[in-house]
Amino acid sequence: MTWYAFYGALEQGFVYGLMVLGVYLTFRVLDFPDLTVDGSLPLGAAVSSVAITAGVNPYLSLLYAAAAGFAAGMVTGILNTKFRILHLLASILTMISLYSVNIRIMGRPNMTLLGKPTVLDALTGLGLPPYLASTTLFGVFGLVAMAALVWFLRTELGQTMIATGDNPQMITSQGVNTHTVIILGVGLSNALVALSGALVAQNQGAADVGMGVGTIVAGLASVIVGETVFGCRTVTRALIAALLGSVVYRLAIALALGLKFGEFSFTPSDLNLITAVLVVVALVSPNIKRRFRGRA
Amino acid sequence: MITLADVVKFFHRGTVNEVLALNNVSLEIARGDCITVIGSNGAGKSTLLNCLAGSFFPDSGTLRIDDENITTWPEYRRAKFIGRVFQDPMRGTCGAMSIEENMALALKRGMRRGFSLGVKAADRERFRAQLRALDLGLENRLRDRVGLLSGGQRQAMTMLMATLVRPRLLLLDEHTAALDPKTAKQILDLTREIVERDRLTTLMVTHNMHQALDFGNRLVMLHRGEIILDVRDAEKAGLTVQDLLERFYTASGERMESDRMLLG
Ligand SMILES: Nc1ncnc2c1ncn2[C@@H]1O[C@H](COP(=O)(O)OP(=O)(O)OP(=O)(O)O)[C@@H](O)[C@H]1O
Ligand SMILES: [Mg+2]
Repeated sequence: MTWYAFYGALEQGFVYGLMVLGVYLTFRVLDFPDLTVDGSLPLGAAVSSVAITAGVNPYLSLLYAAAAGFAAGMVTGILNTKFRILHLLASILTMISLYSVNIRIMGRPNMTLLGKPTVLDALTGLGLPPYLASTTLFGVFGLVAMAALVWFLRTELGQTMIATGDNPQMITSQGVNTHTVIILGVGLSNALVALSGALVAQNQGAADVGMGVGTIVAGLASVIVGETVFGCRTVTRALIAALLGSVVYRLAIALALGLKFGEFSFTPSDLNLITAVLVVVALVSPNIKRRFRGRA
Repeated sequence: MITLADVVKFFHRGTVNEVLALNNVSLEIARGDCITVIGSNGAGKSTLLNCLAGSFFPDSGTLRIDDENITTWPEYRRAKFIGRVFQDPMRGTCGAMSIEENMALALKRGMRRGFSLGVKAADRERFRAQLRALDLGLENRLRDRVGLLSGGQRQAMTMLMATLVRPRLLLLDEHTAALDPKTAKQILDLTREIVERDRLTTLMVTHNMHQALDFGNRLVMLHRGEIILDVRDAEKAGLTVQDLLERFYTASGERMESDRMLLG
């Protein structure tokens, strides 16, 4: 692997790390498998791109993107709690709707940001080469988001979120409206995912309605890789593992793409399949790690 | 004062599986009443408690706590007044969270929760003191996950947590039934201690008639969704298990399935 590819993977790991933190929040904390993310990632990209094109400050556009993601997540949460639609189906409905919404927002299926200001300008302005600028900036974003979640999950509100995912009956009899917690939690998760999408778009200079396909699977894979490699005994540990898992996952992908078996090599379009297989393997063999340790 | 007036609850209404779980139940629970609830399987005991807790709403009738009509209050809102211990020790605590985190959640029952730290250093001493009183060695394990504890330890914690903020009504639904006899006795003793110390208004469902006679100042017997016996104080104190079985027979015209009831 070249240094260039390495930095690329690091950058991807951090920028999608925000999304992975969001997936961790729904999937692990709330026990809510949320497919909304496949739509809220491009939603964030679309909102941010349209805002920047309209002359909004790139940093401010991130806020818009996060707000839009939050709203999308709330829709899923409301469909699930208030209308009693199964969480998976509720999130699929939102995801599908977002496809139309995203095209409406952009006015077309994709748009370019070439020549427009982005959050990276400040760093490249300092003379940092682009690949270092993006890696550094996204690393900072990832770390800040992770630290914020570590803090949040230790607050009274965060603790009710953990309890809601673990034992809704218990937390209800402690006086908590689990519906509100779920709506807020799924909202927060999708705000992170949309933020991730906005940064991806600014980094690659384009937003595309199809860029969210496979987000949930990549997110799950990163969470699982993180847990396996770095452990998840405490919530703090699990959050660190989620962010690092994202980096490891992107590095693994970069490695896989570099492999050659005679004539055969993987193309980027094979990634979803590889990732899905990885997730299946991880899900059907929860004791792989234990066996691993037993041998060591 | 807690009042149930003409409470009716059907399950699967209008289908072949229709069950009338509560049939026009009226009950006045005075402050400080400690009521044991008995009755055969399916009599409606759990339904009565769930109805009070707000797990579901009655089909008709009203529920009042003091002067407030709480008939349509959702469960989480009633939790402000109500402490609850379930039959299943897993239901009352959060297995994935630590002992202190669980207790901190219970310390805020019915209150607004915000962005301050969940477990506050100042509360730790209090948690430790209360756990020490249980004499289960939990006071040195504040950071351990509750999932690591035994059923009895979890039930003891649930008991503590339900009463950490003084409830206006304590609901206990066969909360010792899933435990071995020795642990069950410990939990029952703990219950008695807390209920007497805080003078809690309590509703305790039990299958053990001795327990029902021994505990509390009032006894209510349910049968097919109706209250068929309601005795208190001196009258209750004078009753024997034999009397209860006879009263049941007279009131219902059926024999009680006494095997489980007696030995419970
Ligand atoms: N959620 C429910 N859905 C359908 N039917 C129910 C439900 N809960 C209770 N029932 C029915 O209502 C009736 C009363 O049940 P309940 O659980 O209150 O009895 P119980 O007195 O607590 O009995 P046990 O001693 O077995 O716990 C039973 O016929 C039961 O099958
Ligand atoms: Mg019952």
